[in-house]
Amino acid sequence: MDLNFTAEEVAFRDEVRAFITASVPAETRRKVLEGLEVSRDDTIGWQRILHGNGWGGPNWPREFGGTGWDPVRQLIFEEESAAAGTPRLLPFGLKMVGPVIMRFGNTEQQKRFLPKILSGEHWWAQGYSEPGSGSDLASLKTRAERKGDHYLVNGQKTWITLAQHANWIFCLVRTDPAVKKQSGISFLLIDMKTPGVTVRPITLLDGSHEVNEVWFEDVAVPVENRVGEENGGWTYAKFLLQHERTNIAGVGASKRELLRLKRIASEERKDGKPLIADPGFAARVAQVEIELMALEITNLRVLAAEAERRSPGPEASLLKIKGTEIQQAISELMMHAAGPRALSARGGTLAATYLNLRKTSIYGGSNEIQKNIIAQTILGL
Amino acid sequence: MHFSPMPEQQQLGEMVQRFLSEQYGFDARRKILDSREGWSREIWSKLAELGLLSLQVPEAQGGMAPAVVETLLTATAMGKAMLLEPFLSSAILGTVLIRELGSAAQREELLPAMAAGERIAVPAHFEPGARFDLRRVATAARRSGNGWTIRGQKSLVLHGPAADLLLVSARASGAVDDPAGISLFAVAREGSGVSLSPYRTPHGVVAADVELADAPGTLIGAPGSAFAGLTAAFDQGLAAVCAEAVGALQATLDATVEYTKTRQQFGVPIARFQALQHRMADMLIHVEQARSMSYLAAMRAAEPPGHERRRALSAAKVAVGNACRFVGQQAVQLHGGMGVTDEIAVSHLFRRLTVLELLLGDTAHHLEQFVAASAQAEAT
Repeated sequence: MDLNFTAEEVAFRDEVRAFITASVPAETRRKVLEGLEVSRDDTIGWQRILHGNGWGGPNWPREFGGTGWDPVRQLIFEEESAAAGTPRLLPFGLKMVGPVIMRFGNTEQQKRFLPKILSGEHWWAQGYSEPGSGSDLASLKTRAERKGDHYLVNGQKTWITLAQHANWIFCLVRTDPAVKKQSGISFLLIDMKTPGVTVRPITLLDGSHEVNEVWFEDVAVPVENRVGEENGGWTYAKFLLQHERTNIAGVGASKRELLRLKRIASEERKDGKPLIADPGFAARVAQVEIELMALEITNLRVLAAEAERRSPGPEASLLKIKGTEIQQAISELMMHAAGPRALSARGGTLAATYLNLRKTSIYGGSNEIQKNIIAQTILGL
Repeated sequence: MHFSPMPEQQQLGEMVQRFLSEQYGFDARRKILDSREGWSREIWSKLAELGLLSLQVPEAQGGMAPAVVETLLTATAMGKAMLLEPFLSSAILGTVLIRELGSAAQREELLPAMAAGERIAVPAHFEPGARFDLRRVATAARRSGNGWTIRGQKSLVLHGPAADLLLVSARASGAVDDPAGISLFAVAREGSGVSLSPYRTPHGVVAADVELADAPGTLIGAPGSAFAGLTAAFDQGLAAVCAEAVGALQATLDATVEYTKTRQQFGVPIARFQALQHRMADMLIHVEQARSMSYLAAMRAAEPPGHERRRALSAAKVAVGNACRFVGQQAVQLHGGMGVTDEIAVSHLFRRLTVLELLLGDTAHHLEQFVAASAQAEAT
């Protein structure tokens, strides 16, 4: 048992740090560090820079063009990226549909789609949730009827993150309405340019346009765009959700935001002294920092277990809950640290970030659903 | 970076667990708890035979120190079993004090005997009104002929009534809260000028308040420079308390899960109710976060002193303390009326968790320590 990095891991960290520091565009970095909106070009530009260095798939095996890094190296990469203020790599391709295609897709699909995820040519969106299907995802209604060599898709998906930038969307659709709800679902890859696909923006409580509704009206999807078996989609969906949760602890980003919180609390004055010197406020910051220290180690423990078992266990639910609680707590403290300034034009994005991050305990399987999973899968209740 | 114990460490951990589950079940422990002494010499000798009292003894004296992982696994197992014997007070705190502060001759004289279970030496450091401040020592040491005499009061001396030697901190110089000027003395528990007011703590451990009225003491190591050794011992103690708490926390969660699966109301096991399921999920999250911090505490306690060690150990005690309070309180709540009776294990675990949160500095104290150490780390 040893919590310290090995010499090889330290050398790897230094290599990653040197490359990232030298390569991330200054303007992009400024936006990330100040919590401003990152553009499509910023995100794709960063993906291309990494791809050019052979690092386009940090969590992918070598056989599909990935780095083949072990979980500890993947974590180091994520932490260094977060600390340096790089744009977040798009999870929809790299962490969601990519692993599904690798595991369940055919060779043709792997050759067709995976390289374009690495190069940034394809921007994927995740078509899971529907207006009536949130936590009860398997109740989804979007219908796909088989018509010879294609499916005809009709229905509505919602909460589709950054669909306004996407050129492809992976969707869970109902191919058999007669059977048990989990048994009639298929997994389709849909070109967003197909006639009948409409994207409508949803404005969020912070005024941002981050998520969308996506409507499908008689959208023709070739049968070769189905991943795996017809009506086998629920298995792939669950596989994807587990991968989605693995990196959701967000330790690196929370460490960066904690430093920002401390900086703000050092600049703000209370009774002529820095706010961070106020024992009450310092204690609130310390509680969150300690939770984050614990989560960092818990995250490593889950990664180590994953490395041995090859698949993340239900402990990922714990990381989701704690990770999002910490993100939210830091954003709340940042807003409170700025005080009245957070409400004024000089406050930048502090209030907006607080408002925006309320989503984190809702998305990716709400924290209540995660507690159900812990209760059933770990505690056996 | 890796998290699995080495095979021989794993074996030791399993051996301790097996021993305790065979010889220290709830009923066996109850007999010891109800005995006049309140702890078992027989168990103590067996722990010595298993080598568990030598974990913090240096190799030169036949021990296993630093034994980071072994100490972690042993303390966790003892927390689960709710051990009543002086493992923390003598095999950890007393042993590290002698190891860090004693002369070569004193180490040779005391450590092998302590590891063999033949002598018990426990710290008598904290004083009434000092709360958890390690520096605050009002007890006075005076030269008397070739030796020293000690005068003052010590409170909450764990296993004081069981000890052969009290390791008493006292000062011959410096203000009451000056880290410099503190010395450590070995005082015979049955010596002249020593009077104990014995009692049981809420978790059933024998303890005493101690009055020293010009009691003769043997100086351990050099005069006036005991503070570093006290810090080392209490930091190692913090790591052991955190590990012990994790054992007790897991046992508390297990007992609660088991109880809610068997207890029927409205025709179903109460474990079916989502309000209770989510509470137990929250308990599990606390236990796992505490476990992570017990690892961090174990690693850092063996490292040289500094802001990082202080930050890690105080952070660990905060996380573990929060877990002790939440998990303990919820476990009693979920056991309903049974939870507040003496007959069920969970109420004993709750008492243990309550004491462990307060021991060697409560959550508020270590939150302050963490803030101070973080500020110092940033300033340097």
